[in-house]
Amino acid sequence: MSMLSIRGVGKHFGGLQVLQDVNIEVPGGAIFALIGPNGAGKTTVFNLVTGLLRPSSGSIAFQGQDLAGIAPHKITRLGIARTFQNIRLFPDMTLLQNVMVGRHHLTSYSGLAALFALPSFREAERRSRERALELLSWVKLDHKAEATADNLSYGEQRKLEFARALATEPKLLLLDEPVAGMNSSEKAVLMEEIRNIRDRGYGVFLIEHDMRFVMNLCDRVAVLNFGRIIAEGAPEEIRNSPEVIEAYLGRGDEAEVLP
Amino acid sequence: MLEQQLVNALTLGSVYALFSLGFTLVFGVLEVINLSHGAMFMAGSFAALTVVTRLKAPLAVGILAAMLVSGLLGLAIDALILKRLRARHAPHLIPMIATIGATTVLTSAAQGLFGVEVQRFPDELLPTREFIFGSVHVRALELAIVGIAFLLMTTLFLVLRHTRQGRALRAIAESPKAAALLGINVEGLFLATSFTAAALGGVAGLLIGLNFNSVTPLMGQPILHKGIAVVILGGMGDIRGALFGGLFLGFAEVLSKAYLSSQMGDAVAFGLLFLILLVRPAGLFGRVLERKA
Amino acid sequence: MEAFADFWATYSTLIFTVGIHALLALSLWLTLSCGLLSLANAAFMGIGAYTAALLTLHLHWPFPMVLAAGALAPAAVALVIGAPTLRLSGVYLAMATLAFGEVTRILVLNLEITGGPEGLNGIPLLTTWWHILLILAAAGYALARLRRSRMGRAFEAIREDEVAARMMGIDVEGHKLAAFTLGAVLAGLAGALNAHSTFFISPREYGFENAVDILTMTILGGISSLIGPVLGATILTLLPELLRFLHAYRLAVNGLILIGVVLFLPTGLWDSRRLRQLAGAWRTRREGKP
Ligand SMILES: Nc1ncnc2c1ncn2[C@@H]1O[C@H](COP(=O)(O)OP(=O)(O)OP(=O)(O)O)[C@@H](O)[C@H]1O
Ligand SMILES: [Mg+2]
Repeated sequence: MSMLSIRGVGKHFGGLQVLQDVNIEVPGGAIFALIGPNGAGKTTVFNLVTGLLRPSSGSIAFQGQDLAGIAPHKITRLGIARTFQNIRLFPDMTLLQNVMVGRHHLTSYSGLAALFALPSFREAERRSRERALELLSWVKLDHKAEATADNLSYGEQRKLEFARALATEPKLLLLDEPVAGMNSSEKAVLMEEIRNIRDRGYGVFLIEHDMRFVMNLCDRVAVLNFGRIIAEGAPEEIRNSPEVIEAYLGRGDEAEVLP
Repeated sequence: MLEQQLVNALTLGSVYALFSLGFTLVFGVLEVINLSHGAMFMAGSFAALTVVTRLKAPLAVGILAAMLVSGLLGLAIDALILKRLRARHAPHLIPMIATIGATTVLTSAAQGLFGVEVQRFPDELLPTREFIFGSVHVRALELAIVGIAFLLMTTLFLVLRHTRQGRALRAIAESPKAAALLGINVEGLFLATSFTAAALGGVAGLLIGLNFNSVTPLMGQPILHKGIAVVILGGMGDIRGALFGGLFLGFAEVLSKAYLSSQMGDAVAFGLLFLILLVRPAGLFGRVLERKA
Repeated sequence: MEAFADFWATYSTLIFTVGIHALLALSLWLTLSCGLLSLANAAFMGIGAYTAALLTLHLHWPFPMVLAAGALAPAAVALVIGAPTLRLSGVYLAMATLAFGEVTRILVLNLEITGGPEGLNGIPLLTTWWHILLILAAAGYALARLRRSRMGRAFEAIREDEVAARMMGIDVEGHKLAAFTLGAVLAGLAGALNAHSTFFISPREYGFENAVDILTMTILGGISSLIGPVLGATILTLLPELLRFLHAYRLAVNGLILIGVVLFLPTGLWDSRRLRQLAGAWRTRREGKP
């Protein structure tokens, strides 16, 4: 059974129809990519899945549970985490605090325990901090744990956002253009990291423009063009699909990114 | 009796509209909640009072003085404070806080210069004629107030609609960046907007000062709060909304004072404002914006 | 000892006021720490002051219970108006809380039980210096603990990026309501203490100007730590005393401070991050030159 099912979803903003009858089944334990030209509606799909926007029609279910009417923070707690295309960190907080925020709903103690720093508070905070440091070391940022996030380079910011999303202990990770602005060695490291995550049983659902990255990494690819899914399949099928080539060729300059 | 109240309501409402027009113009163009607009109102009133009492100038000169002094103060606040905050891309609340500071400075300066007591225009300066239509008495002063307010508002509408500068301003209200790309002198028009808005506020202050024949350093505070109610009623940044909202508030206030309770008139305005914010934050006439995810 | 008695007789009112203002600045700090600019805290103070004074005057409740009621009454109001109001953001929220403050002031001005424009007279002077000190210390301690807890981190995250905070599983609406309500608790406590230290209260003390004063204190001090608001409150309470010679122009100084801070010191006087950097620079310079 697929982990995330998007069934017949449409979305319009006023008169602007952004998505039409979109059907996507994202399996667990695999890396699934959503590609498509600029403005195709990819980020909108993520906004619908995470509950930031409501679909105009259709339904979205996660592990069999219908997400309609569920508040975004509750969707996160069900096990969906995301990163943003235009990176949204907490710039004045330290890296450690950024990641610890992701552990919000996993850290529990009473107000009284917090007020008097009782053992239950200290224990929960210590565990949360240790896990956050562990995640930071995964993305090789642990040496900067006490620096504030606005001191990071672009690539480092993406990595921090990645660690922060993992901190919510998701079952499905949504990554919106995770390697944009990264150099090729950073990309290779992140690719390895994403594979590791899949191998631990997480589902990964990512949006990416970098075709080399997508074709090398992903198990399945769906193509969105003008709000409609025009193709879906294994990377080789997508590479050879006439509709996909047409969609990209129609845009001239983008054609060369297809390997 | 009702007709008499309606005349009062129209007088008050047209001044509220004039005041709110400047307030909403600044929000529409500069995206600043300019809480010093009430101080412009007060300054205009004092400027006119000073000119007519100290220099023995006629009331028409007083009106010009009100526009000029308030306009220049508005210009100064823009050039000295708001401009720097724009350059720094400070979030919207920051300029609002700065204009609170400017209000405190101006109010305190007025208290120092003119004292805290109520000041009055000399009686011989005020038109005393009354027109009688059936059972309704209309003072010449009230006619003049409504006339001046509508004259200025019409002029502003025409300028915004039919001149090059007016079109440029509307382009800026849509998107300052795009306007700058079109070669529009955005900074210059920001300054002009601040001047115009403050000048209108100053005249509104003079008109209210004349209507109740009372000028005090603190007179800007209640009108500011009403101006806020009006622009929220009409939709922030919406010029026509400010006109209707101003008239509406004038009528609501006068009628509830007449028929409910004299003090609760003010509570009606703010109660209404509070409700509107909860139900329709974009205003009664405003478009509801979809929140950006 | 006599010198101290003289000093106390002259300045006790001023010292009381510093403490009460510090409590108010902390109440606004709490709301701001969650990214909410509220102009309702003066009204919450008023609700606390009137509730407490009426309970003392009419029902003769013991003082600790009066204080508790003074804290809880505005909190209840905050809970009720907060749920719908806090959906608004930025300037709309500021305007809505301003409108709420005005409605409250006008109601107090017109109700029989609140004494109308004359206010309430003859409130017993039950507040002592140690009440204020104790409550201020307790509030400071509680807030310091809060900052180190998941709730404090959530507040900060919401202030920095609401959408990202939501995506981290934080119940943004719930936390905003908590910050708003806890702010009302502190403001109400300040009001109750104030009512029982001044003999007399009137609606004039809880209007827009007072909301602005609270805002000025908090912003002047800076919101990066708890020291900022207390420092801001102290300076702005003592300053008018030092500036008596300016007479009517005295208030202008407050306005100039507000403008100056916004323009030149956007993070306030006490910016813990800047201070840490300064300290760091100073230390490396000293170590560099043995
Ligand atoms: N909240 C919104 N309100 C109105 N229009 C929106 C909103 N969000 C997205 N859009 C519009 O929907 C369309 C699709 O946007 P979306 O961000 O989903 O595209 P995308 O495929 O992610 O593009 P890119 O590759 O550039 O990131 C665009 O035309 C965009 O302007
Ligand atoms: Mg996108």
